[in-house]
Amino acid sequence: MAVGSASGIVAGRAVVAEAAALKHSPHPLNAAFERTWRNPLGFFGLLILGVLVLAAIAAPLISPYDPIVQHQGKELLGPNSQFWLGTDELGRDLLSRVIYGARPSLVVALMVVVIGGGLGIVAGLVAGYFGGLVNAVLMRLFDAMFAFPPILLGFVIIAALGPGTTQVAYAIALAVVPTLGRVARSLVLKERHRDYVLAARCTGAGSARVMFLHVLPNAVSPMIVNLALIMGFSVLAEASLAFLGLGTQPPTPSWGAMLNDSRAYLRNDPWMAICPGVVLALLLLGLNYLADALREAFDPRRVNAGF
Amino acid sequence: MGRYVLRRLLQAIPVVFFSTFLVFMVIHLIPGDAAAVLAGPNATAESLAAIRTEMGLDQPLLVQYGVWVGHLLQGDLGRSTLSGQPILKLLQARAPATIELTIAAMLISMAIALPLGILSATHVRGRLEWLISTIQSLCLAVPNFWGGILAIILFSLVLRWLPPGGRVADGNDLGNSIKSLILPATTLALYLAAGLSRFIKFNLLEVFFDDFVRTARAKGLDNTTVVYRHALRNAMLPVITILGVQFASLLGGTVIIEAVFSWPGVGGLMLDGISNRDYAVVQGGLLLLVLLFIVINLLVDLTYALIDPRLRVGDT
Repeated sequence: MAVGSASGIVAGRAVVAEAAALKHSPHPLNAAFERTWRNPLGFFGLLILGVLVLAAIAAPLISPYDPIVQHQGKELLGPNSQFWLGTDELGRDLLSRVIYGARPSLVVALMVVVIGGGLGIVAGLVAGYFGGLVNAVLMRLFDAMFAFPPILLGFVIIAALGPGTTQVAYAIALAVVPTLGRVARSLVLKERHRDYVLAARCTGAGSARVMFLHVLPNAVSPMIVNLALIMGFSVLAEASLAFLGLGTQPPTPSWGAMLNDSRAYLRNDPWMAICPGVVLALLLLGLNYLADALREAFDPRRVNAGF
Repeated sequence: MGRYVLRRLLQAIPVVFFSTFLVFMVIHLIPGDAAAVLAGPNATAESLAAIRTEMGLDQPLLVQYGVWVGHLLQGDLGRSTLSGQPILKLLQARAPATIELTIAAMLISMAIALPLGILSATHVRGRLEWLISTIQSLCLAVPNFWGGILAIILFSLVLRWLPPGGRVADGNDLGNSIKSLILPATTLALYLAAGLSRFIKFNLLEVFFDDFVRTARAKGLDNTTVVYRHALRNAMLPVITILGVQFASLLGGTVIIEAVFSWPGVGGLMLDGISNRDYAVVQGGLLLLVLLFIVINLLVDLTYALIDPRLRVGDT
């Protein structure tokens, strides 16, 4: 739009008309989101995510039973008309537990994107913008953190803070900082010497202003793709840690912990292992597809490049 | 070549320093401190101070780190708070199981990823590529612990082909040893194989349009020779690097798979350590896995230099 108005001053009526047409073209971000929505894979991802977010919010309204109430004498039932997905070893309704189990997954994913994403982006911006010693120290620290498999980093944090949903979110958030930090840094390095950065500095803008108001908006689209990937990663990591007994503590339901409970009853009641796993895999598949669709939408030329 | 090796070794030093420092900090992240845990809730201020001095906790952090590294270099990783056993001994008992599982998974994932990657690159935009990429997406979406549970249901409970868990490590009973390894290693390998085969495919596709491939075709070489002898060799270079990086996720996955299949490895030791608040054990396990990762990556980078002559000649 800035281009349209600038050339409008110089040229005549024809260009002015063109500027008017330009005004109606959507913002590039909106256009990209629309392309994501229209992409079948992206639509599938958004649909799964949307349904599960709604289910998590409306869990008390749509669950047939309280997820922690034990129905005595109804233990380890298969799917039936009273309990649609059956019951677990304590006679709790599996459908209600699967619905409530969406909560820790999505809450952790949101917290990781906000905390881990925020810290990573700031660290990457600072490292890329200032360079020198700050950059060297941050990069070596990131290298060292990369040497920790994320699950093990989770072990460290949980060993220190004790098990629980919030602690798991902190652990995963910390694990994604180096990944996002590197991406943000490489974007800043690309943008740092552009003319608009120089122009902003010439007008007297300070470092923080240039970083957050000028450089960051230009790096938004690759960051969004990475945040979508991070969401998938944190859903997987949360479920893994919950499976190991380090996440959401009983009796609050979480998919990972439900799968861990199911291991003792695989012979009698395989439904306990199948239901939470299916929703978890669907969510992961949806988030992976969403990330793919966003990547295509933001950069249609590089669809086949694989990155 | 010599310069490259030296450079790579020097680069590893800060990583080893930072990561061992992070491992060291595990003990210090505990709320309160280790002395308070050891002394119990009814300890007096004097006895607490005495334990602190004994453990060296009143020294500056860097001094404590130095002392800790000094002990490490002598093979002293401390003792388990719970059982009093030396941690080195605990790790020695558990490490072979973990390393065996990891290496088996890596080999299996390469054995799956290579043919799939080549097939989807040579059949790009065909039905076969679509089929392979759907399988890849599924493998990436199924968490390995759920995949393991499904595999137990199918192969152990329904078909009764393989044991549902546990490890047989007996040279005289090789059949059962291998049988006990198949399910955990394959489950662990699938996720890695999905990512790897994609990576192999994209690398092959990129190389397919390079001049040397066109030259090979122009010389009249048949397709198999072009793909396997010319394109594949060049496309494999970045794959080796990725293999090293993926080793981290493999080690993390091992910990989970060990829990699914009751595999007696380092992961179980660490999990027990967390639930028993036996932090020295957690620290020891962490140290072992992190150092393993760093060493593997160093080896990968050095192998890379051996394979790629450009690195040997240039100074990059």
